[in-house]
Amino acid sequence: MFINILKSTDKRPGLNPPLIVNMAITVIALGFLFMFVIMPLIIVLKEAFSAGLSLWWASITEKDALSALRLTLLVAAIAVPVNLVFGLAASWALAKFRFKGKSLIITLIDLPFAVSPVVSGLIYVLLFGLHGWLGPWLAQHDIQIIFAVPGIVLATIFVTFPFIARELIPLMSEQGTDEEQAALSLGASGWQTFRRVTLPNIKWGLMYGIILCNARAMGEFGAVSVVSGHIRGETNTLPLQVEVLYNEYNFVAAFAVASLLAGLALVTLVLKSIVEWKTKHG
Amino acid sequence: MSFRFKESSVLPGFGLSLGYTLLYLGLIVLLPLSALVVKSSELGFGGFFRTILDPRVLASFKLTFGASLAAAAVNVVFGTIVAWFLVRIRFPGKRVIDAIVDLPFALPTAVSGIALAMLYSPNGKLGIFLQSIGIKVAFTQLGITVALIFIGLPFVIRTVQPALEEMDRELEEAASSLGASRTQTLTKVILPLLMPPIITGFTLAFARAVGEYGSVIFIAGNMPMKTEITSLLIITKLEQYDYAGATAIAVAMLVVSLALILLINLFQSWSGKHLVR
Repeated sequence: MFINILKSTDKRPGLNPPLIVNMAITVIALGFLFMFVIMPLIIVLKEAFSAGLSLWWASITEKDALSALRLTLLVAAIAVPVNLVFGLAASWALAKFRFKGKSLIITLIDLPFAVSPVVSGLIYVLLFGLHGWLGPWLAQHDIQIIFAVPGIVLATIFVTFPFIARELIPLMSEQGTDEEQAALSLGASGWQTFRRVTLPNIKWGLMYGIILCNARAMGEFGAVSVVSGHIRGETNTLPLQVEVLYNEYNFVAAFAVASLLAGLALVTLVLKSIVEWKTKHG
Repeated sequence: MSFRFKESSVLPGFGLSLGYTLLYLGLIVLLPLSALVVKSSELGFGGFFRTILDPRVLASFKLTFGASLAAAAVNVVFGTIVAWFLVRIRFPGKRVIDAIVDLPFALPTAVSGIALAMLYSPNGKLGIFLQSIGIKVAFTQLGITVALIFIGLPFVIRTVQPALEEMDRELEEAASSLGASRTQTLTKVILPLLMPPIITGFTLAFARAVGEYGSVIFIAGNMPMKTEITSLLIITKLEQYDYAGATAIAVAMLVVSLALILLINLFQSWSGKHLVR
């Protein structure tokens, strides 16, 4: 087994470069990944625990950190289900029916991916900010959206908008409508058909979309930064709290909070690999 | 022949699901984005160009697009090598390495930002070493490029990897049995076939880099005219309640990056016709 290290994956003679070339490619590839991916991850964990476990614990259980954690969980708990319902509705309409203008709608659904994070926040400021379109009306009625939680939720919904829909639309198109038609002709209701036939067929694709959507919802920085106002203990999510602490040169606390988010990223990668494996192997 | 919007189907729920989709799409995406267009038209033609031709804004464009192109180019070279390693070379624990490639997607940008800043700062792990050989990374344009390499890294790998997996080895066999050397097979057979995914990966990495904010601002130093990226300038304008100025810069950034992406796509379809022999 170990004798095969660095050998080419295809054994046919005459096709593969000499071992020394494979060795060079391996060294360059691993070196690049180590410098640019592994090192940053190691530095987060090292700095987070550099002053000991108790200081790490104190940093993440500190009042403002806890309130940032609560806000991050709240935002994800709203944004993910809302985009989930949208993703299911959009993929049902776009994948199970043939109608005109379908590809235009699919392009529009992908738009938020083409808009940069800062601009994603900016558009909501233009709508709801003090000098925005609805700003004066909102101020009159004492409703605050920008520099408050609703703005953070809206910006997060925007940046995570396409994740679930774009995962489900191709998957459901590929599966076609034969099974649904069979269920309906056997007397199932529309809702029963969706729950018993469609949902089981798309469950791994759905899981995949939810995992990615959630990771982005909890980790979004640029868009949220524009609409949040950075009010400590009130409108700081975990990524914003990291920024505030870092800019105050409170590195231990900044990296302690960052280590929570790094943990989230690692869990996301593991779940993603599991779902990818399940999709491949049934 | 009468116009039919939709083919008939026995499946229920079309009206409801499409109606909900369009309503939600309109409220969350289209309405806010239209604010961008309306707001920038408020400045008028002259005002718009006065804003975006300001030296500080132009410097930020040059920096943002330059560093994004450089980072995407670096990722083309190393991303292709990593993809080759993942597909063609036996190595223990490759599944873990393969999963790790997606870390820049999964790690919140603020976290990558402070990690890179710490790593490359003058007394950071890599910073000390690079300083000793005379390279300054943190708070320079090089630092910005480093951050953009990090966040664009998965794109080239993830577009080249599947193309390499599906590549027909018999083409290479044919080339070598016809007397081509390994170098010739690589440059005349393999690389031309990999060109389309490489260009796609380059475009995706570039587009992502242009709008990037979180992973850059900590390592950038954010000095006007020198290391101030466009995204940060937009935020600065917003903080001064200059909504119209911020919007003009955002629209210009969007237009330039869309134009560049269009150009790359045109080049790709042109090279598809002319380079493959």
